[in-house]
Amino acid sequence: MSAGWPTHRFTVNGEGRAVKAPPMKRLLDVLREDLRLTGTKEGCGEGECGSCAVRMDGELVNSCLVPVLQVEGALIQTVEGLAANGELHPLQQAFLHCGGAQCGICTPGMLMAAAQLLARNPHPSLAEIREGLAGNLCRCTGFMRIFESVVVAAANSAEGSTNRRAEQAAHAR
Amino acid sequence: MRDNPEAHELIAPASLSAVLELLSRTPGKWTPMAGGTELMVAHAAGQLRPQKLVSLWGIPDLRFIEMGPKSIAIGATTTFCDLRAHAGVVAHLPLLAKAASWIGSIANQSRATLGGNLVNGSPAADSSPALLVYDAEIEMVSARGRRRIPYAAFHTQYKRNAMAADELLYAIHMPLRFAHHRHYMRKVGTRRAMAISKVALAATALVDNDLVNEICLAAASLAAFPIRLYRTEAALLGQAVTADTIQAARNALLAEAKPIDDIRSTAEYRRRVAANLLEELLIAFRSEETAQ
Repeated sequence: MSAGWPTHRFTVNGEGRAVKAPPMKRLLDVLREDLRLTGTKEGCGEGECGSCAVRMDGELVNSCLVPVLQVEGALIQTVEGLAANGELHPLQQAFLHCGGAQCGICTPGMLMAAAQLLARNPHPSLAEIREGLAGNLCRCTGFMRIFESVVVAAANSAEGSTNRRAEQAAHAR
Repeated sequence: MRDNPEAHELIAPASLSAVLELLSRTPGKWTPMAGGTELMVAHAAGQLRPQKLVSLWGIPDLRFIEMGPKSIAIGATTTFCDLRAHAGVVAHLPLLAKAASWIGSIANQSRATLGGNLVNGSPAADSSPALLVYDAEIEMVSARGRRRIPYAAFHTQYKRNAMAADELLYAIHMPLRFAHHRHYMRKVGTRRAMAISKVALAATALVDNDLVNEICLAAASLAAFPIRLYRTEAALLGQAVTADTIQAARNALLAEAKPIDDIRSTAEYRRRVAANLLEELLIAFRSEETAQ
């Protein structure tokens, strides 16, 4: 069956992957079924809820609306790619600390939308945070703890980079 | 019921000329797909009718924003994120940048394209009123060559447009002559984000000494496709913005608007809100004038 389908090559969380699949197969299903990266969740399946959000070539996309053929050559980052060197991403730490995650279904998409926002705008206002996460629905938290998590993560990232710069400066001396 | 991905063919030619060759060889057989924010939703619902799809995503010849001294050209697969991030669009075409921010969420704006919004032809399309009041022209391309028509003549009936089966929407052109115009655009929907409009109204105008010297009005969801409000414009052109003028303009709008009842709103609500938006913009334009 799958032998007849073309091979699609792209990078997921820094690793080159090759997947044989029908060109119209959703990136969401390729991630979950072919690559066993089940952190990305399916909510509505029609681009309204943001549960399946991943980053593609530096943009946030709903992976339920992306046919795998259009992922050819792309750089994909999923929630599995946020933690680095055994350490949680500042956003993940903040979501834990602030109670930004409850049932957890929306959390991977929320994290990716927040990661996209902070990549573009390291110091977002509350209004910018609300806009950045407007396409991600949460039915547990009432959103306030999620917004708070992003505020804390932005503050911690800024502090972290200040500390790193201080360390580098100390090193240089 | 979810559709089977194996039921649809999707190919991605490497160049624009290869896509045009395909469309010319078998006109009407292949449906172009850019970011898929419309067609993949239909697919999810098991309602994607075209069996053969040709991807336009990643064809560089179609994704560009070129600013000349007097006009701007926007490639058909330019995304709404691209538009929002472009300083020239934000500065010269603020209503288009605003419309781009209305499209779904960030994850939709990164994939949804300006050309896709127009070809899809929804009566509620967010970008359409802005393009209409900026006098946009549509450039189409096929293996036979290129042609341009006013955007106001692009939509012909509900979900139908002036393109031939072998043509592709290539670019949207707009003159850069609105620096001194008044700008207005407002969308009324169920909520601020992720909601399709019940009605939207846009305007550009030149108002001097309280006289309307130039005005362009356009609306979404007041007809089977986004429209210019020519009769309302005629009721305003050359007039002073008085209470009588506003009433005459409201009447003209109510006469030319042909909204429908549907799941999002009623015809009566749409007519009334559109007239209220018109009054709001006229009062705003008048007071901006007084303030100077």
